[in-house]
Amino acid sequence: MGIKLKALLKSPWVFHLSTGSCNNCDIEILDCLTPRFDIERFGMVLVGSIRHADVLLVTGSANRKCIPKIKKLYEQAPKPCLVVAIGECALSRGMFINSYNCPVPVDKIIPVDVYIPGCPPKPEAIIAGIVKLIGKIKK
Amino acid sequence: MSYIFYLIVYGFLLTAALGLLASWVDRKLTARVQYRVGPPLLQPLIDIIKLSGKETLIPKDSQKMLFLSAPVIGFAGCVLASTLLWMNNINTQNTFIGDIIVLIYLLVIPSLSIMLGGFSSGNLYAGIGASREMKLILSYELPFILSVLAVVIHSHFSIKLGGILNFQSQNGFVIGSYSGALAFLAMLMCVQAKLGLVPFDVAEAETEIISGPLIEYSGAALAIYRLTKNMLLFLLPFFMVILFLGGMRFDGINILYSALKYTGILALIVVIRNTNPRVRIDQAMRFFWGPVTILAVIAVILAIKGL
Ligand code: SF4
Repeated sequence: MGIKLKALLKSPWVFHLSTGSCNNCDIEILDCLTPRFDIERFGMVLVGSIRHADVLLVTGSANRKCIPKIKKLYEQAPKPCLVVAIGECALSRGMFINSYNCPVPVDKIIPVDVYIPGCPPKPEAIIAGIVKLIGKIKK
Repeated sequence: MSYIFYLIVYGFLLTAALGLLASWVDRKLTARVQYRVGPPLLQPLIDIIKLSGKETLIPKDSQKMLFLSAPVIGFAGCVLASTLLWMNNINTQNTFIGDIIVLIYLLVIPSLSIMLGGFSSGNLYAGIGASREMKLILSYELPFILSVLAVVIHSHFSIKLGGILNFQSQNGFVIGSYSGALAFLAMLMCVQAKLGLVPFDVAEAETEIISGPLIEYSGAALAIYRLTKNMLLFLLPFFMVILFLGGMRFDGINILYSALKYTGILALIVVIRNTNPRVRIDQAMRFFWGPVTILAVIAVILAIKGL
């Protein structure tokens, strides 16, 4: 494993993209930054611009308006960039599965590396998911 | 030859190492203030290594040359300024008339480079951020120069850094006098704005204009900007230590004393950063042109009176 990859695993900066979620998943993501969980211990920082990000967190059910934007954001991210789908909506569209506005789940639009189920997933689950992602890359 | 040695070893390597350390102290203290644990010691270094390994994207409607050279310009200014400071700090004879003026110019270059980068990236938010940075420079530069002037007058009109250091080693620290204390306060505010830390981080407001001028930067270019920022976090308090607290010395027990001086100023900066909300750009300008400039002018007048 090269030094650059090692550094990447030690400081993954996350960018948070909401594609029409009910805002509950987003709140759970922000919970990870609070004193109780404090993901800055692992070098994770929430950044505001996709150009600075290493991990793209996608929440919500990817509605029609959002699909071109998701693709564009993924193209704008500097590679290597990992994608994490958070919440039932992003995984399989959840309760919106029959909606006319949600044609495909997120992983049909961009490649997804880790799926974190739950509606919404607990912060512990999100952190566990990220740990699995890091374990996966290490192999 | 010795100049190149100073440039590489002191100007770049030592300042970068100390700057990364300072940045860690800043993040850790911030985390402790918020009852968090905070990042590990090597985190700032790891961030820089990671960024330099990533892809550097150039936006389509940017000015390519300027976009890529802006971070390097800022970095060069920062390294030169730190070389000048270290040379004076190590040997006070190693000085020339007016180097303090050169230094004031060099310290503006990192801010200028952020502006250049912002304007050349062709992004709307970056443009807003860069124009705010420009207004911020206009507002803090006047009290900054005035408070430097107060120190110069106080130390019997020596416009050499080495001269100021010599003066302090004979007559006690500048901060011990009335004019010095006032100038120190004014300078502290200006340094806070120069570093772009919280009450005056209008140019980079993460939650508002998404890190402003840096929005389009990625990879190695962003790494250079971050390194410059971290170096400035060491450099500007170091400048204040030289002006007001008699410089740093590294022989025997003095090394602890120097570390104490520097950490004291850094802790002040971090505490100010953590206990204040962000001001608007017009409020920042009013603050700098009002109270801070008046403070600095009073310091200058007291210094002329010899207090
Ligand atoms: S998964 Fe549940 S909590 Fe998350 S966005 Fe969808 S409906 Fe909301």
